[in-house]
Amino acid sequence: MRIIATVKIALRALRRNKMRSLLTMLGIIIGVGSVITAVSLTTGATKQVEAQVQSLGESVLTVFSGNFTSGATRGGWGSAPTLTVDDALAIAKLPNAVAVSPEVRDREQVLANGLNWNTQVQGEGPDYPQIRNWRIASGVMFTEQDVRSLAKTAVIGKTVVDQLFPNEDPLGQTIRVRNIPFTIVGVLAPKGFNLFGQDQDDIVLVPYSSHMRRITSRTFVNSILVQAANDKVIDQVQQEITDTLSARHRSREPDFTVRNQLELMNAVTATSKSMGFLLSGVAAVSLFVGGIGIMNIMLVSVTERTREIGIRMSVGARAADIVVQFLMEAVTLSAIGGLIGIGFGMGISMLIAHFGNTPSVTPAVWIAVAFVSSAVIGILFGFYPAWKASKLDPIDALRYE
Amino acid sequence: MKPVIKLENIQKTYQTGEVEVKAVRGVSLEILQGEFVALMGASGSGKSTMMNMLGCLDRPTKGRYLLDGMDVSGLERDELADIRNEKIGFVFQGFNLLSRTTALENVELPMLYVHRRIAGKEQRERALKSLEIVGLAQRADHHPNQLSGGQQQRVAIARALVNQPALLLADEPTGNLDSQTSIEIMGVFQKLNDQGITIVMVTHELDIASYTKRNIIMRDGKVVTDEPVKNRLNAETELRKLRNAQEAVNLA
Repeated sequence: MRIIATVKIALRALRRNKMRSLLTMLGIIIGVGSVITAVSLTTGATKQVEAQVQSLGESVLTVFSGNFTSGATRGGWGSAPTLTVDDALAIAKLPNAVAVSPEVRDREQVLANGLNWNTQVQGEGPDYPQIRNWRIASGVMFTEQDVRSLAKTAVIGKTVVDQLFPNEDPLGQTIRVRNIPFTIVGVLAPKGFNLFGQDQDDIVLVPYSSHMRRITSRTFVNSILVQAANDKVIDQVQQEITDTLSARHRSREPDFTVRNQLELMNAVTATSKSMGFLLSGVAAVSLFVGGIGIMNIMLVSVTERTREIGIRMSVGARAADIVVQFLMEAVTLSAIGGLIGIGFGMGISMLIAHFGNTPSVTPAVWIAVAFVSSAVIGILFGFYPAWKASKLDPIDALRYE
Repeated sequence: MKPVIKLENIQKTYQTGEVEVKAVRGVSLEILQGEFVALMGASGSGKSTMMNMLGCLDRPTKGRYLLDGMDVSGLERDELADIRNEKIGFVFQGFNLLSRTTALENVELPMLYVHRRIAGKEQRERALKSLEIVGLAQRADHHPNQLSGGQQQRVAIARALVNQPALLLADEPTGNLDSQTSIEIMGVFQKLNDQGITIVMVTHELDIASYTKRNIIMRDGKVVTDEPVKNRLNAETELRKLRNAQEAVNLA
C-alpha cells in the first residue's frame, strides 16, 4: 500500500483546517493532559510517602504495651506497665530478631549553654540508629557498656543542636535533664519530618537504663523496637514475639500489641492502587469523550469531502485506500493530540510541583500508555467514518454538491 | 484496428422501489482505437448510464463489456477501481479538481493509486509532461481557484492522460465553458486524437459533436443513430474565424 502518500494526504487535509483540527484534538489533549498531571502528582506523592515509610527503618516491628485502665479511664496503647526490659531481652533471643531496642519516652525541659528547650528525651538501646536506619553525623552512639553502667551519655538530634548550641560544636558538651548532667557523645544526621508531620530531629537519646533509673524512675518500657532479619520473615517474627510475650505475661487477654511496618506500606500501596483505578477510569472516560469528538469531526469531514472521495475513486482509489486515508487522518489527529496532551500534562504537573512544593514523577509507562491509547482511540473512532467514506458510490459522490 | 470498446447487448435496469427502470435496453457497438466519438441524446435517453458503464463506475445488469480486450462486466468494486486507474481517463463537466491543491498535484493524483509504486521524482516528471501536452506547464504550481474554467479543464485533461489510458472519457466537457473556450478544449481533444488517443465524449450540443469523427445518438435506452460526422469542424479554423469576426466588430 501507498502508506507514505496517504499519510501526506492526511497531514495536508489536517493542515487545511488548522483551527478545526486543534479544537478536535482538544478533547484528547485535555483528557491525556489531566491524566498525566494526576498520575505525575500521585506517583510523586506515593514515592514520597514510600521514602518516609522506608525511613522508619527496614523490616521493623514495634511492640506497644497494652491499655491501662484506671477506674473508668482508659489510657490507650503504651500506657499499661506491662513491657519490661526482660521482655526485650527475651525477644532478642529469637533467631530472626537481629536487633532490639527497648524504648522509654518522656518530654523534658533540657538545659545547656544558658539556653533551654523542651524536647523528647528518649531512652533507647545502642542498636537504635541501626534499626531506624539513622546515621550518626558526628561522634558515636552510646554503647552497650553505657547501658549497663547507667552512663550519663546522650546523642542529640539536629533541632536540639540548633536550639541549644547555635554556633558551637555540641560534642563533649553537657546538657542537663532534671538537673542531671549528660555528656553529648554524638549528633544524629537530620531526618526531617515523619509521615505525621512531626520533627524527628527534635530528640535527645540516652541509654534506656539511665532514662529509667536516673530520669523517670520507671520499671517498665513504653515499647520495644525489633528489627527482623528481612521482610519475608517479618510475619513469622511477629508471631514469635506474640507467643513469647504471651507466655511470659501469662495474661488471658494480650496486654500488648505488635505492629509492623509492612502494614503501613501496604496501606500506602493500597491507596495508590485505588488511586490508579480511579485515574484509569477518568482516563477512559475523557479519552472516550475525545474519541467521540474525533468521530464527529471525521463524519463531517467525510460529508464535506464527498466529491473529493468521488474524484479519488474515479481515478482508481480502492475502498481500502479511502479507509486508510481517513483512518490516517483520525489517528494523526488523536496521536498528535495525545503527544500535546502528554507535554501539557507534564508541564502542568511540574508547575504544580514547583509552586505546591510536592514532587512530580511521570512514569514512562504512563507516557507510553497515554500515547498508545490515544492512537487506538483514533483508530476505533475513526474507523466508522472511514468505512462510511469507502462505501460511497463513486457516481453519487461525483455528483454531490 | 483492434476495438478499444466492445459492447455486446448491454442492458442496465435500476430498481427504484417497486418500479423497474430500464435505462439501457440492449446496446451493442464497437469503438476502435483512434476513434473520436460523441455520445448524444436527450436527458433520460440513457447516455449518462452508458457513460457510467463505459467508465467502469457502474456495472451492466446484462451483456458483455470488453475494454481493451478484457471482459470487465463481472468485476468487483476494487477490480473496477484498478481498471479505471490503468485504462480510463475521466474528464468531467465540473472539472472535479481537488481544491487547494496545485495543478501539478492534481495531475499526480492517479499515480498515487497505481499498484507499482512510482517514485516522487518520476511522478512529477510525468505530471509536468502531461501538463505540457495541454499547454499549461507554466501554471503547474497554481491552485484551481487561480485558473480560468478552460485552464481548469485542461488540468483535468492532463490528469486523465497521466496514466496513459486506453480510453479518454469526457462527460459534457464543455458544459461549463463559454463558446470560445469550448472550441479551445475541442482543439485539445482533436490534437490528442490526432496522436492516436481514443476519445468518447458525452454531449448534448450538436455543434460540439461536429468536432468529433462519429456521432452516436441514443433514445429510450437504445442507439438510434450511429454515423460518421460529415462536415467535421476543425477547432483551429473555427477559432480563427471567431477571432476575425470579433476584430471586424471592433473595427466597425
